Amino acid sequence: MSPAMTPARSRYDAVMIGGGHNGLVAAAMLGKAGKSVLLLEGSDAIGGMAASREFHPGFRTAIPHLLYQLHPAVSRALRLHRHGLRLAAADLPTIAFRQEGGTLALGDSRGAGDAGADLLAFRQRLARFARALAPALARTPPRLRTRDLESLATLGRLALGVRWLGREEMRELLRVIGMNVADLVEENFADPTIKAAIALDAVIGNAMGPRSPNTVYTLLYRLAGKTGHRAGAIALPKGSMAAVAEAMAAAARAAGVEILTGTSAARILVKDGRSAGVVLPDGGEIASDLVLSSADPRRTFLEILGPAALDTNFVRRARSWRDRGTTGKLHLALNGLPAALAGAPARYLLPGTLATLERAFDSLKYGDLPERPPIEIAIPSLADPSAAPAGKHLLSAIVQYVPYRLAEGDWSNRRTGFVETLLGTLEAHIPGLRAQILAQEFLTPADIERMTGASGGHWHHGEIALDQVWMLRPQPGMARYATPVPGLYLCGAGAHPGGGITGLAGYNAARQAIADGRTKERSRP
Amino acid sequence: MEQFDAVVLGAGHNGLTAAAYLARAGLKVMVLERRHLIGGAAVSEELFPGFTYSTCSYVCSLLRPEIMRELDLPRHGLQVVPYEGSLNVLTNGEYLASYNNHDRQMREIRRFSKRDAEAYDRFALAIQRQCRLIKPMLLMTPPDPTSLKPRDLRGLAKMAGIFGELGEEQLYETMRFWTMSCGDFLDEHFETDVVKGHMAGSSIIGTALGPYSPGSAYVLLHHYMGEVDGSIGAWGYARGGMGAISKALASAAQAHGCQIRTNAEVAHVIVKEGRAVGVALKSGEEFYGRAIVSNLDFRRSINGLEWTEPLDPALKKKAADFKIRGSSGKLNIALDGLPNFVGIDRARNPALCGDIHYSPSLDYLERAYDDWKYGHWSRKPYLDILIPSLIDPTMAPEGKHYMSVFVQYVPPTLHDGPWTPAKRDAFGETVIDLIEQMAPGFRNLILHKQVRSPWDIENEVGLTEGNIFQGELTLDQLMFNRPIPGMAQYRGPRPGFYLCGSSTHPGGGVMGAPGHNAAREILLDFKARKLA
Repeated sequence: MSPAMTPARSRYDAVMIGGGHNGLVAAAMLGKAGKSVLLLEGSDAIGGMAASREFHPGFRTAIPHLLYQLHPAVSRALRLHRHGLRLAAADLPTIAFRQEGGTLALGDSRGAGDAGADLLAFRQRLARFARALAPALARTPPRLRTRDLESLATLGRLALGVRWLGREEMRELLRVIGMNVADLVEENFADPTIKAAIALDAVIGNAMGPRSPNTVYTLLYRLAGKTGHRAGAIALPKGSMAAVAEAMAAAARAAGVEILTGTSAARILVKDGRSAGVVLPDGGEIASDLVLSSADPRRTFLEILGPAALDTNFVRRARSWRDRGTTGKLHLALNGLPAALAGAPARYLLPGTLATLERAFDSLKYGDLPERPPIEIAIPSLADPSAAPAGKHLLSAIVQYVPYRLAEGDWSNRRTGFVETLLGTLEAHIPGLRAQILAQEFLTPADIERMTGASGGHWHHGEIALDQVWMLRPQPGMARYATPVPGLYLCGAGAHPGGGITGLAGYNAARQAIADGRTKERSRP
Repeated sequence: MEQFDAVVLGAGHNGLTAAAYLARAGLKVMVLERRHLIGGAAVSEELFPGFTYSTCSYVCSLLRPEIMRELDLPRHGLQVVPYEGSLNVLTNGEYLASYNNHDRQMREIRRFSKRDAEAYDRFALAIQRQCRLIKPMLLMTPPDPTSLKPRDLRGLAKMAGIFGELGEEQLYETMRFWTMSCGDFLDEHFETDVVKGHMAGSSIIGTALGPYSPGSAYVLLHHYMGEVDGSIGAWGYARGGMGAISKALASAAQAHGCQIRTNAEVAHVIVKEGRAVGVALKSGEEFYGRAIVSNLDFRRSINGLEWTEPLDPALKKKAADFKIRGSSGKLNIALDGLPNFVGIDRARNPALCGDIHYSPSLDYLERAYDDWKYGHWSRKPYLDILIPSLIDPTMAPEGKHYMSVFVQYVPPTLHDGPWTPAKRDAFGETVIDLIEQMAPGFRNLILHKQVRSPWDIENEVGLTEGNIFQGELTLDQLMFNRPIPGMAQYRGPRPGFYLCGSSTHPGGGVMGAPGHNAAREILLDFKARKLA
């Protein structure tokens, strides 16, 4: 247990609810703007999903394991490098296990491995599309039908970015953006493993199958970040994802932010219709005109704030927000590495084929477990010795299409069987894996919800779907971080632009809150 | 060899609409139809003595009232009778009816859920708002957003103006509606399975999407924007079957001097100096026209026809990639008497004179879709049944009835290979078994039946993969993306060649809008002396 801590003061300029990575970024930005900030994190470690855990003595991991979207604007603003962020690997290659056996090297952000020039050209094209959208992700979504200059500037930049692609490419972007990824890869490739590997990247973390329209958008979203200045690069931070959160926390502390772990905000205080601070679990009150929540929209609005402060339409929308997690996490402590994984550090995929992916998605739809679960594997210990004791290895695997709630039975009686399916699937492609296992854990979306407080255990605090992004995230008319309760802002992955370790929601929200504050000052008589 | 102003390939309802408008403007027009009868997928045929089948399409709701008026179709014999309601019949003796009478509709939904009855008005308002928004766009040529030509900029400004009439909040609602799934939309409003299932039917008809596929809410709209006698969302029968619409359109065209030739299959497009100048039939006969107007679907127009000067391979690839997926089947059945649906009072329930669905829940529809994805017809399909003879006595001998059964989902090829007569029979049995559960004794009433898979529809009518919309209605293939970006202004790959089928904006359904819009573009090009 960490020592009991209490806030140093009873009033701050801003209180941040939640110490996930977006909360840390927003707090740091506010601190840098000269505000006194208190950050409350309910668990004992900062980082939210990115918090580090020792799941077996000497084996440390966080829930997300690869970094590909951290936005350069965030790294720059917080000087994360100066605060200790280092990459153990900057551009991991991807290797896919073929359904029928054998592997296919898909290369890194600059090459296409054995997959050929078509894949490289395809990736470069998508990267160009993503680049056209990227600047708008690092800004507050524009308002439509308004003379607000900033909105017009954002729309203008977006339009210009799209136009800049040239006529043919602009047309292609406008066509593909609403498409499903299965159609897109069918148009471009013949190899079933390439098709499935691209599709897996498009659906991972979401309740969508390859045939679900708008999965091309999720793929573009994933590619819009830049890690280590390279678009589409997949990086492994030194010291697991927790190191990213720690660098952000260090930046926040350097900016004067007071970080309190083990203390959550039980309630948001609302006085005269505006937020006035938070109530701690012990009943103590912290006064603050500005309250930001990096918790997900469901928790923020329906639990911490409570429906009483909101109108019925808003509450209905908040209830129908789609945030059922679909992703599980498998951790294996390994005594040694089987030959299939012992090469240079890489990201491994078990994508199956488009048909097996789609079938796995079907199982999810009806609350059933997939027979052939798609899996993404990282072996952080290959590049980062701090992940496991010397000579031993950590296998970290994201398992896609794991239902939050099962239609039949529950996780207490079906967990063992499903882990057996997973290990069997892995063993089939990686012979000798099981013999090396020292310890294992499998986290379902429900476990992740319990551990992190994220509703549904959803990695992105809500589906990244076209009807839940941009001006619609988390609700139409509430996409500019300010909530219907004046003084309360949403700054987590449930706000624009969405999930993944991007830091953008926090970055944009803090800037918006600061700008709104200035406008208010100016309008004061 | 004969020279025309315009030669129209295909006498589907859009081809006929385009021809009628062109002839009405004083042009010399020839329509060439491969089959022995005109109408494409809007045909009436007597396949069993005394019974008239609407062999393909079966409902008249989308036909634009402007076209009805301008071509004076009622004078040419078209009469549309609105439905009085609809029914969702379950196999457990329960049913949900829809009535045109608002109070009665409310009482009906309240039998299942008070909350859903309260939500109904909110739901209907949301749908109507979207319909009102899209309506002015139906008869508009989509502007090219990549073009800086004054005409395209004006078009974009007009579209912006249409959206501009919405408040800021409604704009966001519209963005959301156009991208979300029908399932999510309904879940947000209603709580009862049968109510949601009933409302969701229109979101899946004809498309290769499930009710939970993003974008399916738009398809819902596509079926709600129909108008009969000015009432939004109303569906109706064409007296004499769907062929009556084609006949009226043909009669209107002929009244303006248009010629129509059946049994005239086009083999290739004659291109001279880069321009499409005519077509040659399989028989060798040639027809020259200053405008060649194709009612064929996009893939057939580009890749199905021979071109004397070959087209760009990149374009041919785009046509091959055009998503045109068969997902529907049809049964036409001659019945010895009226089937007895469980729980329905045959004499008194007016909803029986509308469409009768089998659509118990969203999950049911989603599972039906899953079968399709893997190349199987839905083992438990969605049915949309009509008994036109209840309203129009000319469709069947007295005391007997004609039943049209639309079935969703049916794939164009099956997981174990192409369709065979045995598989078609098995598919028909799946459907009849289900109707037997809805109406015990049904099977014994059958005098004759015609079972049609997408393969049959493709082979007979010429719709690729049997897709009833000539192309999926998804965001990547709507508005300025339909059929492909850069070709959404009804002009084809060569000067003088035009597209007027449902592959173009605003898409499928017996609407006539693509034909109407294409004719307008052609006339503009004549006026600008581009076709002189």
